[in-house]
Amino acid sequence: MKHIISALVENKPGVLAHVAGMFAARAFNIDSLVVGRTEDPKLSRMTIVVVGDDRVVEQVRKQLAKIVPVVKVQDFAGEPVVARDLMLITISAPPDKRPEILSLIEMFRGRVVDIGTKQLMVEVSGPESKIEAFIDVCRPYGIKNVARTGTIAMPRQGPSEAKS
Amino acid sequence: MFSRRFFGRVRPESIEYLTGAQIVVRTLLGLGVDTIFGYTGSALLPLFDEINSENWRYIMAKKSDEKKAGAEIIVDTLIEQGVETMFGYPGGVVLPLFDRLYDAPIEFIIPRHEQGGCHMADAYARASGKVGVVVATSGPGACNLTTGLATALMDSVPVVALTGQVRTELIGNDAFQEADTTGITRPVTKYNCIVKDIKDLARTIREAFYIASTSRPGPVLVDIPVDVQVARYESDGQVKMNLPGYRIRTKGHARQISAAAAAINKSEKPVLYVGGGIIIANASEELRALAQKAHLPVTMTLLGLGSFDQNRPESLDMLGMHGSAYANYAVQECDLLIAVGARFDDRVTGKVKGFAPNAKIVHIDIDPTSISKNVNVDIPVVGDAKYILTELVKEVEHRERAPWFKKIAEWKKKFPFSYDKNASVVKPQYVIEELCRQTKGEAIVTTGVGQNQMWAAQFFRFSRPRQFISSGGLGTMGYGLPAAIGAQVARPDATVIDIDGDHSFNMTMTELSTAVENKLPIKVCILNNGYMGMVRQWQELFYNKRYSKTYLANPDYAKVAEALGAVGITVEKAADVPGAIKKMLGQKRPCVVDFRVEREENVWPMVAAGKSLNEMDGLDIMESMA
Repeated sequence: MKHIISALVENKPGVLAHVAGMFAARAFNIDSLVVGRTEDPKLSRMTIVVVGDDRVVEQVRKQLAKIVPVVKVQDFAGEPVVARDLMLITISAPPDKRPEILSLIEMFRGRVVDIGTKQLMVEVSGPESKIEAFIDVCRPYGIKNVARTGTIAMPRQGPSEAKS
Repeated sequence: MFSRRFFGRVRPESIEYLTGAQIVVRTLLGLGVDTIFGYTGSALLPLFDEINSENWRYIMAKKSDEKKAGAEIIVDTLIEQGVETMFGYPGGVVLPLFDRLYDAPIEFIIPRHEQGGCHMADAYARASGKVGVVVATSGPGACNLTTGLATALMDSVPVVALTGQVRTELIGNDAFQEADTTGITRPVTKYNCIVKDIKDLARTIREAFYIASTSRPGPVLVDIPVDVQVARYESDGQVKMNLPGYRIRTKGHARQISAAAAAINKSEKPVLYVGGGIIIANASEELRALAQKAHLPVTMTLLGLGSFDQNRPESLDMLGMHGSAYANYAVQECDLLIAVGARFDDRVTGKVKGFAPNAKIVHIDIDPTSISKNVNVDIPVVGDAKYILTELVKEVEHRERAPWFKKIAEWKKKFPFSYDKNASVVKPQYVIEELCRQTKGEAIVTTGVGQNQMWAAQFFRFSRPRQFISSGGLGTMGYGLPAAIGAQVARPDATVIDIDGDHSFNMTMTELSTAVENKLPIKVCILNNGYMGMVRQWQELFYNKRYSKTYLANPDYAKVAEALGAVGITVEKAADVPGAIKKMLGQKRPCVVDFRVEREENVWPMVAAGKSLNEMDGLDIMESMA
């Protein structure tokens, strides 16, 4: 099962190496790992997607928490969260196919961020499943390049809010 | 430049007698000087005295007294942390630090190799309960520490390693003796960091000692570039530590403790399985109280030896691959296993699936990652063993459990550790029994790794914590000799014996010079079978006696010892063992005894890899010799 783990870490050199090294040394698999600053310049947030059974993920969580510069660890499994992935994708788009492609982009609420004579660069964000679906629908036109951020996530405030 | 002579009294034109210092100060005042930049020292004391009386004190204080060089901050912080002894090897980029150590009130032991220094600091910590400190230079010096750091990490030993690093502006340029020390040592330390700004220096060293010695202890490395050691910074007194991600859970959850107590009170066939955590937490007294009050048999891991008096009737001695048959049978048959400060290592559990198949498992440990890592735990309690056992003792009831103890007594009677006592050739087990007898079981024992280590664990009877010092988790051959040195430095009045194997001893025997130089009366007993004994045993049992590369030509160890300034003794007959040990124990100098033991003796019993604890080999051999 896929788990999204969020770790608040001290923003100092070596922390990423520490976390990455722990995953490698203990043979845990990382699906994606995203690091970014938070509102507090002293802290960064790492969002790590891990695949494994509950026992493995429990070890991952505990081993992460054990790393000295890791301040807080949360496993979002079973919790209502907003999870997002951002993708830049370049699609081969000859003029005669463009209307079709543009309507697809519309459906996925993507944005065209660069236009060339033969291709389009599109920005799409959303849950991982939506990103994967967009890649699938673009495949017939020819995908030139894909760059993805990996998942970032945050728990929802309350049950009253809408589902993503 | 002022020499001391300058400060003698001279007779100036006026009637008033002035000291040289007064003349200097008055002349300066006369010239309108109001600020002096400088730094005090013993040869300048008369001058500074005069400057102070002229009310220039604040100027002097601000310009010199409060600023300290990085190296001075390091040494002052070490002293503040209570460091009395350290180990280490000098080199280019630690010269400023070593200059400060020249007249610092810290005992300094120089090993012959940084690995030895790290093991010494490690054993010093294990023998004393204090933090061991080791210093090394950049590049090769730091690299040589890694085996020692990994050893300390696996066995949860508080060690602080300080390493020099090339100048900050050279880092990453492949400078001479540069290595990515924090990168190399990250997986073998509890925490490490590089200090690139002198204002972080004192705080970082304080944090290093705190992290190394608290919660589950371990080695911490601080890498300090040489320019940070010479930079100057205002003394920062007691800057607070800043470790937002480091939390220690001492008190166990009260409900979990009660659940554990209830399980103990209900159990018909309980076993306490305890490890090094008891010794680290100084919880031996609490363990004894629990075992006595609730009436529980106690088995120990290799590192747990000494946590519970093996002479007590509740002791089942060591469990695991080469543990006692009675401990292994008891674990396999128990209905409740109470693990305290132990981590279900594969050498303890054998085949995990078949481990303690009928037991409910209570696990008390300060490290949450140890819980349910290898074996699923029914009642986890996270916290400090001393605290939790104290609480647990209050809640447990005394129960006789006569049938269970009767069964254990039968196993003990049927399968004691044994060997052929009638042999004329020296049996390694006999050497250890004799060492235990002549030292009344009081000696501190260090070991190499392999057969020597297992026999030491099986045949010496330990009664006190910090008495048995051995590389358990990492299994570092060569640990025994430097460990004996570190332990002897920590406990100068104790008898310290390294029970070693010939090939373990070969790895670090250069440290004998360190023992001789520092007049440390350590004893080294080499159980010399001419093989890498344990590897040979596996080749005999599992590789059809093909002794591939497990034999090396050894030197005459007695002669080596004599050449290095130690006492050397060779023993070839069983009858000579007691006399040689007596002679060894009487030595004031380091002493090496080369016991030429039975060459193909095996360690029994043995749980082969992949077998359950009750599937022991060698019981028939033991029975035939008992």
